[in-house]
Amino acid sequence: MTLGLGRTRSVALTGLDGTLVDVEAHIAAGLPAFTVGGLPDTACAQAPDRVRAAAHTAGAPVPPHRVTVNLSPASVPKRGSAFDLGIAVAVLAAAGVLPRRAVEDVVHLGELSLDGRLRGVRGVLPAVLAAARRGERHVVVPDENVAEAQLVGDVVVHGARSLEQVIGWYRDAAGGGSLPVAERRVPDGGGSGPGVDLADVVGQPEARAALELAATGGHHLLMTGPPGVGKTMLAERLVTILPPLGREEALEVHAVRSLVAPVGDVTELDRTPPFVAPHHSTSVAALAGGGSGVVLPGAVSRAHHGVLFLDEAPEFRSSVLQTLRQPLESGEVVIARARQLVRYPARFLLVLAANPCPCGMAFGKGADCTCDSRDIRSYTSRLSGPLLDRVDLRVHVPPVRRAAFAEETGESSATVAERVLAARGAQAERWSPAGWRVNGLVPGYVLRRPPYRLPGSTTVALDTALDAGRLTLRGYDRVLRLAWSSADLAGRAVPTRDDVATGLVLRRAEGVAA
Amino acid sequence: MTTTTTSDPRRGLGRYGEALAARYLRERGMRVLERNWRCEHGEVDIVALDDDGCLVVCEVKTRRDTAFGDPVEAVTVAKAMRLRRLAAAYARAHPGPAAVRIDVVGVLCRPGAPPLVRHVVGVGS
Repeated sequence: MTLGLGRTRSVALTGLDGTLVDVEAHIAAGLPAFTVGGLPDTACAQAPDRVRAAAHTAGAPVPPHRVTVNLSPASVPKRGSAFDLGIAVAVLAAAGVLPRRAVEDVVHLGELSLDGRLRGVRGVLPAVLAAARRGERHVVVPDENVAEAQLVGDVVVHGARSLEQVIGWYRDAAGGGSLPVAERRVPDGGGSGPGVDLADVVGQPEARAALELAATGGHHLLMTGPPGVGKTMLAERLVTILPPLGREEALEVHAVRSLVAPVGDVTELDRTPPFVAPHHSTSVAALAGGGSGVVLPGAVSRAHHGVLFLDEAPEFRSSVLQTLRQPLESGEVVIARARQLVRYPARFLLVLAANPCPCGMAFGKGADCTCDSRDIRSYTSRLSGPLLDRVDLRVHVPPVRRAAFAEETGESSATVAERVLAARGAQAERWSPAGWRVNGLVPGYVLRRPPYRLPGSTTVALDTALDAGRLTLRGYDRVLRLAWSSADLAGRAVPTRDDVATGLVLRRAEGVAA
Repeated sequence: MTTTTTSDPRRGLGRYGEALAARYLRERGMRVLERNWRCEHGEVDIVALDDDGCLVVCEVKTRRDTAFGDPVEAVTVAKAMRLRRLAAAYARAHPGPAAVRIDVVGVLCRPGAPPLVRHVVGVGS
């Protein structure tokens, strides 16, 4: 009778936070039974059935005794089928089939199919990141997830196709060898950026300037204009002028993607910031994150370090729009459940697009508009309030005239991106001692006090507007921020009157109260 | 239990396994009190008394091969519950022993190989 204890490692994910889990297996005398304890969900509690079948096919059946598996710490919920491999290895180590010492310090992830093959799972990137952070050196992952796991630098990745293969490795390694290391997967090309360019846009100089400022200072943007003038086109091109993601940022973006993308989709670090455009019928859970059982990241987290574009913004349900306030304020979403608190990062650049009225024709003289004034008022009022307070840039995107075709084509994304990158450098230099990265995140009082207070001669237009009640204090701060971004773009150390004027112009849009 | 004719080879195998199990228990110092004790709840294969005075209600499972799992695997949770009821019924009918325990003995009789006996002590908790 083979009695014993086996132990190995796996990772439980709560949001993107990984907890290192000890998978302990104990085999004792008793009627054949196989139970998993330690707060497993349904899929995880069904692991014994899969492990038993897979182990039988792999030629190392689970012994017909009382097998107890514990996933410790037992207080952290364990979700999904990624614990299958760890459970199988721990049980076989307890049975004496695998060398106990060799499996102890290896992290195992992967779902077992009944024929013993190892299937890919979601969330491998955040799980391996967590394991590496806690000093683990070796991870065994399904073959499909190898490229994803290899994105984490400081950990040795072993990619397995089946349980049989893993058993073979450990048996060979028992003689003093080590597990075979997976070859570095070279992604097969692909990822050549979004394939769009700012030069595709005809005319719209004001909107272009607003996009550039938004990318520079991280200012949220509202574009209003009739249908078909290129609001969506402009928004899509915002990611092409944003600075490429740094390695850490890209890892965060891909960790979120790893939880929602199909298995095996995350293979390389794409440095282009994400562009996420949820439809206006989206639910609160789809936007902010949620779901029953597993709390999945929503659109705001998928847009982390990128652009969240809400087309037809007034058509979104107001409860959905209200959920944007927390991430806009704190850069993360916190989803509270009875048993757990899940945090997802959500620092995105918000771009709103709206028609001037429900029928979309209230531009210029508004001759074709069929809406009555009450409809227009209720339409525009859906966006007002705390959400619009956080939007620095409000521009009107007018219909394009035929004359615009004759103009020379606008600047390409590469040219603009270069300026934006330089301006980001200037901001980082100025604000990094205080911990901000872009002008859009700097509190207003900092800009109103020395040493960043601008001379009265520069801000005269702004002061007049404030005195005349045409501008609130919060609006005043926003114009100051835009002025700084405008100066950074032009390479000036301090904003001039022109920069302030630019800020004033670009935060007013027809139909929306400033 | 359905009644089967004496010519059924499975019945013969079962009786052979029970005899083997009884001998196995005796060799380990138990006193076999009854074989095939019946009551309204069903039948107990073996009732024995352990050397420390514990009453042992024992179920015997005999198999020719492991195609349908190990012999003792045939004792499911529901069967273990039935064995508890049987043990209680026997203890009521025969007061005396201070403790009652339920065991399962699995007998694997592969053709051409010596029979394998596996004794699982203390089931049904």
